[in-house]
Amino acid sequence: MTEQTVRGKPRKQIHLAAHFPGVNNTTVWSDPAAGSHIDFSSFRHLAQTAERAKFDFFFLAEGLRLREQGGQIYDLDVVGRPDTFTVLAALAAVTERLGLAGTINSTFNEPYEVARQFASLDHLSAGRAAWNVVTSWDAFTGENFRRGGFLPQDERYGRAQHFLDAAFALFDSWRGDEIVADKETGEFLVRPEVGTFRHHDQHFDISGAFTTPRSPQGRPVIFQAGDSDEGREFAAATADAIFTRHGTYEAGRAFYADVKGRLGRYGRRHDQLVVLPASTFALADTDAEAEELGREVRLAQVSPATAIKLAEQLWNTDLSDLDPDGPPPSFDPVVSDELISKGRASVRMHKDPVATAREWRARAEAEHLSLRELVVETTNRQNFVGSAKTIADQIDRYVQDDVCDGFILVPHITPGGLDRFADEVVPLLQERGSFRTEYAGTTLRDHLGLGQLAAPAAATAEVGA
Amino acid sequence: MTATPLHLAVALDGAGWHPAAWRLPAARPRDLLTPGYWVDLVRRAEEGLLDLVTIEDGLALQSTSPVGPDHRTDEVRGRLDAVLVAARVAPLTSRIGLVPTATVTHTEPFHLSKAIATLDHVSQGRGGWRPQVSARPEEVAHFGRREAWGDPFVDDEATQAVVRDLFEEAGDAVEVVRRLWDSWEDDAEIRDVATGRFVDRDKLHYVDFAGRFFSVRGPSITPRPPQGQPVVVALAHAEVPRAFAARSADVVLITPHDNATAGAQVAEIVAARRAAGRVGPDHVFGDLVVLLEDDQAQADARWAQLEAWSGRRFASDAELFVGTPQGLADLLLARAEAGLTGFRLRPAALPQDLDAVVDALVPELQRRGAFRTAYDDGTLRERLGLERPANRYATTGEALA
Repeated sequence: MTEQTVRGKPRKQIHLAAHFPGVNNTTVWSDPAAGSHIDFSSFRHLAQTAERAKFDFFFLAEGLRLREQGGQIYDLDVVGRPDTFTVLAALAAVTERLGLAGTINSTFNEPYEVARQFASLDHLSAGRAAWNVVTSWDAFTGENFRRGGFLPQDERYGRAQHFLDAAFALFDSWRGDEIVADKETGEFLVRPEVGTFRHHDQHFDISGAFTTPRSPQGRPVIFQAGDSDEGREFAAATADAIFTRHGTYEAGRAFYADVKGRLGRYGRRHDQLVVLPASTFALADTDAEAEELGREVRLAQVSPATAIKLAEQLWNTDLSDLDPDGPPPSFDPVVSDELISKGRASVRMHKDPVATAREWRARAEAEHLSLRELVVETTNRQNFVGSAKTIADQIDRYVQDDVCDGFILVPHITPGGLDRFADEVVPLLQERGSFRTEYAGTTLRDHLGLGQLAAPAAATAEVGA
Repeated sequence: MTATPLHLAVALDGAGWHPAAWRLPAARPRDLLTPGYWVDLVRRAEEGLLDLVTIEDGLALQSTSPVGPDHRTDEVRGRLDAVLVAARVAPLTSRIGLVPTATVTHTEPFHLSKAIATLDHVSQGRGGWRPQVSARPEEVAHFGRREAWGDPFVDDEATQAVVRDLFEEAGDAVEVVRRLWDSWEDDAEIRDVATGRFVDRDKLHYVDFAGRFFSVRGPSITPRPPQGQPVVVALAHAEVPRAFAARSADVVLITPHDNATAGAQVAEIVAARRAAGRVGPDHVFGDLVVLLEDDQAQADARWAQLEAWSGRRFASDAELFVGTPQGLADLLLARAEAGLTGFRLRPAALPQDLDAVVDALVPELQRRGAFRTAYDDGTLRERLGLERPANRYATTGEALA
């Protein structure tokens, strides 16, 4: 039964996205059903599944250097990714409505190039491009780039904001009405000075003419993924959507209220920032079977070797002699700026390793857990475990209760890990009236309810200080 | 009748290579930024069994001025990123090679390497790359990271030094891109459930390039592409770029206007390839701008119309051919005698002159036994007779072969 209101409030529409399985231990490559992580057929399968289920968008993460641990390339998880822009452009050919969101680093790129790539992707997908803006100033990744180096944490968002400001100046350098291509008069452009831009700040000093006319969405939908105070403020000021890891009910509600509360300062409405946690799920015929499946998946995600490696990330030291079926280390982690694990996103790092390790030890003792069991219990429980009905109930409740506006689902199997969700959970959400049965619009901004961007006011956009 | 069939490529750019081509009745100037336009063009080229298409690009707005925008309103301005156009077309085509242009001057070799590797993955072995140097001073300002230089066409010592540096940097960029393509051995992914290892890290390699312009550690984040090394195509019409192209490219494009020049340049390129230790077929293609009609008078009339619209005399590095498909077939076969293995045709107008290539030139060459009558299966490299190269880092290559 479709209700138009939930406890007196209008029923919120859920937003859903498909995260291509990543290069961490969430992805179970050892399963017989697990396919290629590089063949285009895998990307096509997941994207077409998401589109069949009327998802808002497909999401691709990025990492610009192979991860290392203890000075060696990390070999226990999936290794290898495509180029973000290139694979999304190819996916635009095999999908029609699905948004195409790519993570692109603002550190190891230049605004002019990134802006023309996103503008091109938006043209080539007829308005479906999104940019998850990330920063990473580790010198380790920088060794692959001209612009290497290191920037302290507190300066990263400042630079990212300037990078975005520069990119926006480029996106806005064409109004979108310049090309008339009148064969009779011979007038291709209505104005001679198209694409003119200038941007100057402490990080970027660029000017000239932009190559790529205004794209269908004006610019890509902007995602932000950081969780720090600066990250939240950056999102409130600039982003259209925020990608979070606050998947639990209470933490999610607090985060939601916090970031939505910041929007007013920037003259933005509540619905102009979409909050989407990344979420995993274990779906089976019954809740009991799902519990069992969830446990099996977690064990597959944390092999004995992986348990040691994950413990090393917390203890920040070589634990290769440790027995994964024995107790966790009895000593405190090595606290140092030099980390045993390199190339992982900072949000995954342990903030207070000594305190965390002590909690782990206490829990292992109290519950008689081995190191591996402890890792399974503490790091990898799926966000949603149950039958299709249980999962649909829970997803809908979270959205209606303002824990979030929807979810970015991370399947653990490539590329078929979303198939059952699409076939079984989505119809239940549709029956409730909480999720679209058809796409109402054509662009990703349409799907996310963001409304159209106004065309830039002046032919020449000038930003800077 | 030639002994060896020709290779044929078509160069795609906007509404065609004549600046007034967009005004022709068949032109689609309002579609240039739509995916459908590019899919239609490349599918048409594939119907003609062509080896490959190239897609032009640049990091500045098109201009008649060598130093900045020309503010003209009567020519096509604005374009899409060529690598992404190629990727967008890839899943909707199945045989033709896709060779986008990408600039090496202000860009990151690491990004270029994985972008072209991914193009090769999404096209299942049809990817290529035309590395391009940017000498335009306004592109320096678009990136804001180097000292600006002046008009690159001034022939003085300072400019020559800039140009030499740009091509040295381009050589380094191609070298890094090629090393990164090899930084994964083909069988690096092992998925060994017993040991829990997804990859054999002994088959992933640091490239450790350190040069004047950048250094890159590696390995790539992208596994080795299906062709091992996607096809590198470079355009060269002067001595410094010819040396770069001979050293770095699998197919060199040159712009001779007669057989004597073509023969001399082919000899120079082949000698430079040998000196650089490069083996395999020496592919040197001639570039021509072409306008084709069923009879000469129609061709001349269309050309005259384009020139009248344009109001400036057409200028090109490449030889211009305005005439019939039979006449063009005669010219190509004559030029081939100078040692060219193929041609890249730049249609004066799109889609019109591409249609003429597919519908008239190709059948004419086929009648003369100078062009394939069907695609065979296989990658772009295979079509060009290029072996899939052994991985430079592989220690187990013998065992695999």
